Order: sequence, then C-alpha cells, then structure tokens
Amino acid sequence: MKIGVVVFPGSNCDHDALYAAGVLAGQQAVPLWHESEDLEGADAVILPGGFSYGDYLRTGAIARFSPVMSAVRRFAAAGRPVLGICNGFQILCESGLLPGALLRNAGLHFVCRPVYLRVEATDTPFTAACRAGQVLRIPVAHGDGNYVVDPPTLDRLRRERRVIFRYCGRDGRPAPDANPNGALDDIAGVASEGRNVVGLMPHPERAVEAALGSDDGLAIFRSLVQTLAAETALTVAG
Amino acid sequence: MPFSAAQIARQGLTLAEYQRICDLLGREPNAVELAIFGVMWSEHCSYKSSRVHLKGLPTEGPRVLQGPGENAGVIDIGEGWAAIFKIESHNHPSFVEPFQGAATGVGGILRDVFTMGARPIAIMDSLRFGPLAPGKGVSETVAARNQALLEGVVEGIAHYGNCFGVANLGGEAEFDPCYSGNPLVNAFALGIARRDAIFYGRASGVGNPVIYVGAKTGRDGIHGATMASEEFSEASESKRPNVQVGDPFLEKLLLEACLEAMATGAVVGIQDMGAAGLTSSSCEMGGRSGTGVDLDLDRVPQRETGMTAEEMMLSESQERMLLVAERGREDEVFAVFRKWGLDAAIVGEVTAGGMLRVRHGGRVVAEIPNAALTHEAPRYQRPVAAPPSLAPLDPPPGAWPPAVSCAAAFERLLASPNLAAKRYIYARYDTMVRTNTLVAPGAGAGVVRIKGTDQALAMALAGRGRYCRLAPREGARLAVAEAARQVALTGARPVAATNCLNFGNPEKPEVMGQLVEAIAGLGEACRALGTPITGGNVSLYNETLGRGIDPTPVVGIVGILSLAGRVCGWRPPAGHFRAPGEAVLLLGAAPPLPPEEEVRRMGATELADAVLGAVWGLPPALDLERERALHELLAELVGRDLIFSARQVGLGGLALSLAKCALARSVEEPETPFVGARLVLPSGAAPGSDWLELFAEHGGRVVVSCALASAAAVEELAAARGLPCRRLGETIPERLEIAGAGGRVLISMPLAQMAEIWEHALERQVSAEAVAYV
Repeated sequence: MKIGVVVFPGSNCDHDALYAAGVLAGQQAVPLWHESEDLEGADAVILPGGFSYGDYLRTGAIARFSPVMSAVRRFAAAGRPVLGICNGFQILCESGLLPGALLRNAGLHFVCRPVYLRVEATDTPFTAACRAGQVLRIPVAHGDGNYVVDPPTLDRLRRERRVIFRYCGRDGRPAPDANPNGALDDIAGVASEGRNVVGLMPHPERAVEAALGSDDGLAIFRSLVQTLAAETALTVAG
Repeated sequence: MPFSAAQIARQGLTLAEYQRICDLLGREPNAVELAIFGVMWSEHCSYKSSRVHLKGLPTEGPRVLQGPGENAGVIDIGEGWAAIFKIESHNHPSFVEPFQGAATGVGGILRDVFTMGARPIAIMDSLRFGPLAPGKGVSETVAARNQALLEGVVEGIAHYGNCFGVANLGGEAEFDPCYSGNPLVNAFALGIARRDAIFYGRASGVGNPVIYVGAKTGRDGIHGATMASEEFSEASESKRPNVQVGDPFLEKLLLEACLEAMATGAVVGIQDMGAAGLTSSSCEMGGRSGTGVDLDLDRVPQRETGMTAEEMMLSESQERMLLVAERGREDEVFAVFRKWGLDAAIVGEVTAGGMLRVRHGGRVVAEIPNAALTHEAPRYQRPVAAPPSLAPLDPPPGAWPPAVSCAAAFERLLASPNLAAKRYIYARYDTMVRTNTLVAPGAGAGVVRIKGTDQALAMALAGRGRYCRLAPREGARLAVAEAARQVALTGARPVAATNCLNFGNPEKPEVMGQLVEAIAGLGEACRALGTPITGGNVSLYNETLGRGIDPTPVVGIVGILSLAGRVCGWRPPAGHFRAPGEAVLLLGAAPPLPPEEEVRRMGATELADAVLGAVWGLPPALDLERERALHELLAELVGRDLIFSARQVGLGGLALSLAKCALARSVEEPETPFVGARLVLPSGAAPGSDWLELFAEHGGRVVVSCALASAAAVEELAAARGLPCRRLGETIPERLEIAGAGGRVLISMPLAQMAEIWEHALERQVSAEAVAYV
C-alpha cells in the first residue's frame, strides 16, 4: 500500500506521519510536495500537522490554495481515503472537504498533552479496526482546536454519525477536564458525507510506540491498512 | 579626529579602543568602519571582559569534536552520529520586548545548531523573573510587570519552537527579586548530524562565492549587540526598536533549505547572521579561515529602501544565513532555496589577504582586516575584587531553629513558585513533535531517542543564583552537579556541558570577582564530573538602574543513554512513584559537617528564603567525588532495571523531593490514583535536626523507588561504590507521611490536598491582565 503525506511549507509533523505509516505500519510512505498535483499513485493521503504557511491569515487558509489540494479534492471526490491531522484537519475544513471550523483554544494557550478519545463510529477507513466506544490515549498539540459548526450542521453531523472522535475521560465517559480546547460537543474529529475524509485534532502519529507513552494511535493506521487491503482483495476477487 | 567623543561612545567604544582601531588600521576609521568595530568589539561579540578567564575551563575530552569558538559545540555520540548543542542568553531583548525577545532567542540558538548541519531535535529554557506576587519589597506595579514578562517570554518561546517544530523538553524557571529589572532568558538547543557531515563557519577557497540566504534585510535589531552590552536605565523602553522580530515559519523553511543545500555537497562553509548580522558572519568566517571577504551591499536582498551601509551591516533581521559555496556549483544551492521560496543571492566573494571589504553604491565603504575585528579585539584583565559578602554568616537572631512547625513550612514550600509545578509554563510547549521524546518536561531531565540507533540523549539545565550570591564558586559547582545529576537520573552518562554566564556589570571589580570565582567553580565541577564545556555564552551588564542580578551561571549538561538490549517500550525511570508497596531509598548523603556549619549551610535554602524570609551563610555542601560515584551508581541501577523512579534532592530538600515523587504523576495523568509514601527519617535529638533532615539542599543525593525485593541489591551496589544508602520507607496510596526519630510525625498530608496547592501555585499568581497582555 502506498500512503502519501503532503508537505506544505511549514508542515512539521510530515516526518512523523511518514515514520508512523512507513516504518511502524509497514507501508510504502511517500512525501507529496505541495506544488505538485501528482499524488504519485498513493492509495491514501495524509495532510500532516504543523503550521502550513506559518498559519498566517488563518490556520489552513492559505494551504487550501496549494496545487496539491486540487488533486486532493479530486481524490476525495473519488471516494479515496484522506486523513487530516491537526493542521491537516484545519486545512480540510478551510477547503470545504469537512464542515466546521477550528477556533482559538478556549484557554487561549497552545495545549500539548495526552487526551482520551472515544471512537464514535467505526465505518470509516481510519477507524475500521477499532471497536465502537473504544478509548484511545493520544496527544494533542495545538493552539486552534476549538471545533465549531452551526447548529443545523451539528444536528446533521450527529444524525449521520459523522462525529468520529470525542474527547472523554479515561473510562470513555465525559469528564470535566477531558476537552482540551473547548470544542463544541467535545468533538475531536469528524468525517465527510462519504465518510472517506476524516479530520481530527489529536496526533495519532505521535502515539505509535509504547516507549513514547502510548501506541493507541496505531489503531488508526491499522484501520487504514485493513481497509485498503480489503479493497485490494475485492478488486482481485472481482 | 573625525569623530567626537560622544560619537565614539555611542558606538559603545572607549577612547582607548578608538586609538587601538586607528593603530590596527594605520588610519582613522570612517563612520561605517567605526560602527562595525563598535559592534564587533562589544562585550556581546568580543567577550573582552571574560575571555582571559574562560581559558581556564576544561574544553577537551574524548567525545569533544568541536569545543568553544564555533557556532555550537559538537560531541561524538557513537554509531556515526554527533550531537551539536549550545545555550545562549537573550536577557536584554526579553526585558525590552518579552515576546519577540524570547522568540528570537529560540530562533537564534536553533540557527546556531542547524548552521552546523544538524537537525534540531530538542530545546530547553532556563528562565528567571522577579516575584509574581507583591510584598517583601516588591510593589504591585513591579509584580504586575514580572507577570507580564513571564507571560510574554513563555508565549514567545512557545510561538517560535512550536511552529518551527522542535520538541521543548522544559528546563527551569525561578523567581527572585534580583531579576525584577533583569529577567534571564537562556535558550538551549540540541541537534544531531552525521559525524562526517558537520559544517563550520569558514570562508575557505579564494574565489568562492559568498551567498546570502533567507529573510530580507530590514532595519530591525540594529545595534542589538551593543544594547546587550549596556546596563539598563529608565530610558530602556526606547530600545524596543533594537529588538528583532522573529518569524518561525521562515526559520523552518530556512532549516529545510539549508540541510538540503548542505546535502548537495556544494556548501563550503556557513554561518548564521545572529548578533551583528552580516558583519559578524562575514568577518568571523573570514577570520577563522585566514581569508578575506568582499561584500557588495547593493546585492543584499532588502525589504526596505534607502538603507545605509551601516544599517545593512548592523541589522539583526532574523532568519538569515551567509554561506560560501564551491565556485561553479552556485546553481545547486540556488535551486534548493528557490524550491523553498527563499531569497538567495551572491553578495560577495572569498578573497586572499584577510580583508573585509564592503562596497555600497559602487564604492568601497569599509576596508578592515578580519583579524582586527576578531582575534585582535581587545581583551581586558579588568580589576577583580573579592566578591562581596552579601549576607551574614549566621542566621539572624531568633531565626533558627524556625518557630513554625515543619508541617507548616512544608505547606508553604509547596506553594513557593520556585518549587511549584511548572506545568503552567511547559503545557504550552510542543514537547513531542518529531516523535523522539522519551522523557517530557516535569522530571528534571529531558530525554530524546535517536531514530535508527540504539542511543538516546538526556539533557538538563541548572542555575543557582542564590547559592552563587553567597559563594559564586560553590554555587557554580552546585549548578554543574545538579544538571549532571538530573541527566544521570535517567541512566545516562553525563558527557559534555555548555554554559551561559549571566552576571552584572564587569566594570565593577566585585562583579568581575564573582565571574572569576564562578568560572573557577564551573571548571572544577566539569573536570570532576567528566563534562568538558563545548561552548556557550557570556551575558554581562545584567543591571538596571545600578542594581545587578545575583551571579547566575546556568549550566546545560548532555548525557548519552544506551538503549541497546532494551525491550521494546522501555523507558527511563520516572520522576514519580509507581505503585504502593514499593521501597523508597535515599542514595548518597551530605558530607559530615560540624554543627555550626550545618546551620550556616541552611541559609541559602528555599526554606530560609521563602519561609523564614532571611538568607545567610553558605550554599549547601557538595562532594564532587561522591557526586560522580552517585552518577555511576545510577547508570548501573538503571542499566540493571532495578529502580522504578528517581528524583534528585534539590531546592526544598528531601521533603520537597518526596512530595514531587508523590505528585508529579498526577499533573501528567490526572485520572491516575495518587501514590505517596510512609517514611521515617533518622533525625537526631538536637534542636533543629528535623529541619536539617527535611529541608537541607546538600548535593549528591537522590530518592529512588524499587521493588521491595530489589532493595537489598540497590543497597549492595551503593555500598560497593562507597555511597550511603538509606531505606526511608514504603510507598502507600493517597498520603505522604514523614516521621522523625521515635516515630514523631513531622508531615502527614493527603496527596489530593498537596496537589491542590502545588499544581496551581504558579498560575494563581498570574493575573488575567498579564495573560491578556500578550
């Protein structure tokens, strides 16, 4: 399987995503340069964390105009898996590939710490190997992770089960300090209508080795590999 | 003479120095040349007051590949890799403009590291401010300003490091009235490179092009180096334009472009434009290679029009580098910088003859031998007087033994900003980016692994201003010992040091006395602990309105931790207890002291200052030989996986060390149950002996926890090294109970109550206005 990781100017978690998808998930992981519309035959695309274009103007607001994003839009429209992590999630929202927006954290400060996430839906390429309600311990590191969306869209997201991850306590239940940024309805990640595009603020690529504190993030990468493998099997069988 | 005395003084030069310039040039300088001399001969760039004394420091060792004199120090860490690291001050700019001052401090130290071909993988900071709360001679206004400085500095560090994408492993933050007018912001960075791919700041190869890369030059930061070499006064607010403005996004691009350009093989030498910008980078590169550099300022990328030669030569615009490429291969360099959207322009050429020649508007505006600006800069043997005795030797009448109870003192120390949890600060830093962080802030040392190898690097910073106030030599030794001890707690072997010497005005003989003594102490400790100094910086003139800071040498120690043979998922011992039912031991002990000295050596403790409100006597005791034996013992204990946790006894003494062992985990993992301990200290019957046991800060001591079944093995290994090892008790759930001889309870507190005090003590002192100020 080939996983492409987009490199925008200012991306700084691109190496980490390549390492997680390549070395740890055992896939072919390739960087995709922002100026190119060629996704190099990738089976899935990750928009990594960082500060694309310095977060100038607004997080993700400039990156959405990169040539590579035209290719990503087509790729997503074709139903292919796209994952936006942190700044990648912000870019997906700015690009209109995901609903909502990410505001300054409620506490006004950048926050870097492990949080607990509850997996709300397993019918996405990035949660297929998880159990519904599974709790993952994954770090956040962002200044703008306060997810907002208008009430009708929130209703729709709930109805269509498109909230994929929620901040929670260790036992999976809501907890007072669980939400690190004030996000609406404790939302940590959402999916597109087609469920193939997923964005989340926490960094699964930082939770892939026990020595670093948690390997719960591997579940996200394993889900992707499992989904792609199942597709390949179908194609071969078909 | 074409210049008035005032004009010369404005460049920070004395008349004698002016005469020396005339002698070196064989003529009078013109205005541009005078400005160039002014900045290169400033204290900040020339180290003219400290250099003769720094010579005594140990700078060589089997692992040292590059000692002081380059952009950063380099050590061999094995498996073909090198670690490149340094610490540098940005005190003056951070006082004038805290956010940008601290941000560009981080930016500057990162460039020092990646200009040598290393990718930065960790940063740390050593911060000192005046008290955040009013009282004890600190007015409401001053306290409010200190809060704003803290907020600005922390936000600036977070802004720059987070965006650049380097893990911040914490460091230290302390508060004392002497830093009210002079906060200290010392930034440390460490990067790694292949041993055979280190780049140096050298302009070799006559005829090679000199290429300017990175941000355009503007009028910001002009005379920043000169500002950093002066005392501050009430007019210092007007120095705000001297502070540079940082752009971490641009620096990130510059990092990637520089590393990629270096990989082409076309880069001969490279140096960042830090203090004194274009001037220092060009003359220092030439100076090191014995070559000259011709610069044509008309070709320098500029973001403002009408800049004069002086402005361009002295600008400290950030995120710029000067590199020398192999002639004929310029296009390879240009292609890389174009890819990253950065300016790159040939602005000159390496020449024979050692002359820095600057052209502007088609004519030569400066012509100075590089050596005159570098090797020939003045060195002063400034008058040195014995450091003044700043406190009485014995405690004030009635102060000792303290009138309060040990438990009350303990509770107050938990809330002391110097001892309270620093999560309020480091929670804003990205501590994990690049996924190497094995030990994040909060434990004492930070640890990062090196992907693709069996190695990890541990690092820690320490400074002890109050100790140095009483005895600079002993204080400096204690700072080295503490930083090395923190590193050793992880199981790493301390191998090298970097230092930042923060002092007052060197023109005062007693300040020189402090400097000379502190350097001697640094040298002694670094020699004894096997950690040669590979570089650093000296920050003098930390005075405002004539009030100087405590002499504050800050030491950074780097250690190597081998992960070979470790099971997958192994991590160094934690800084907190693991589970109830485990043994708690104290390794090491204070050297035996006569009774009256015991009390004298309590006078610099946090207990004395924060609870008793008096400082007297001498710093805590330290035996360097035992300290080294302790580090070796720790490496052995960790190597054999015998201990679960390790924490040094430092500020606040054994009591606070135990408290942190019980509390540190809850800060990081709020939903985990508390693990405390029930302990008995063998304090004697003499008055005050409980106080000595609980709150003395003598060096060479570490609290460890281990399985009950392993305690005997730990004791044996300690005994084999001639080190005392005392079993203090066992871990228990939810409480910390400390008893003295005969079972008298000294401290007994639920951890939930302790956590409530300790975790939020710092942020409780910061007002909403200070937060909003940033």
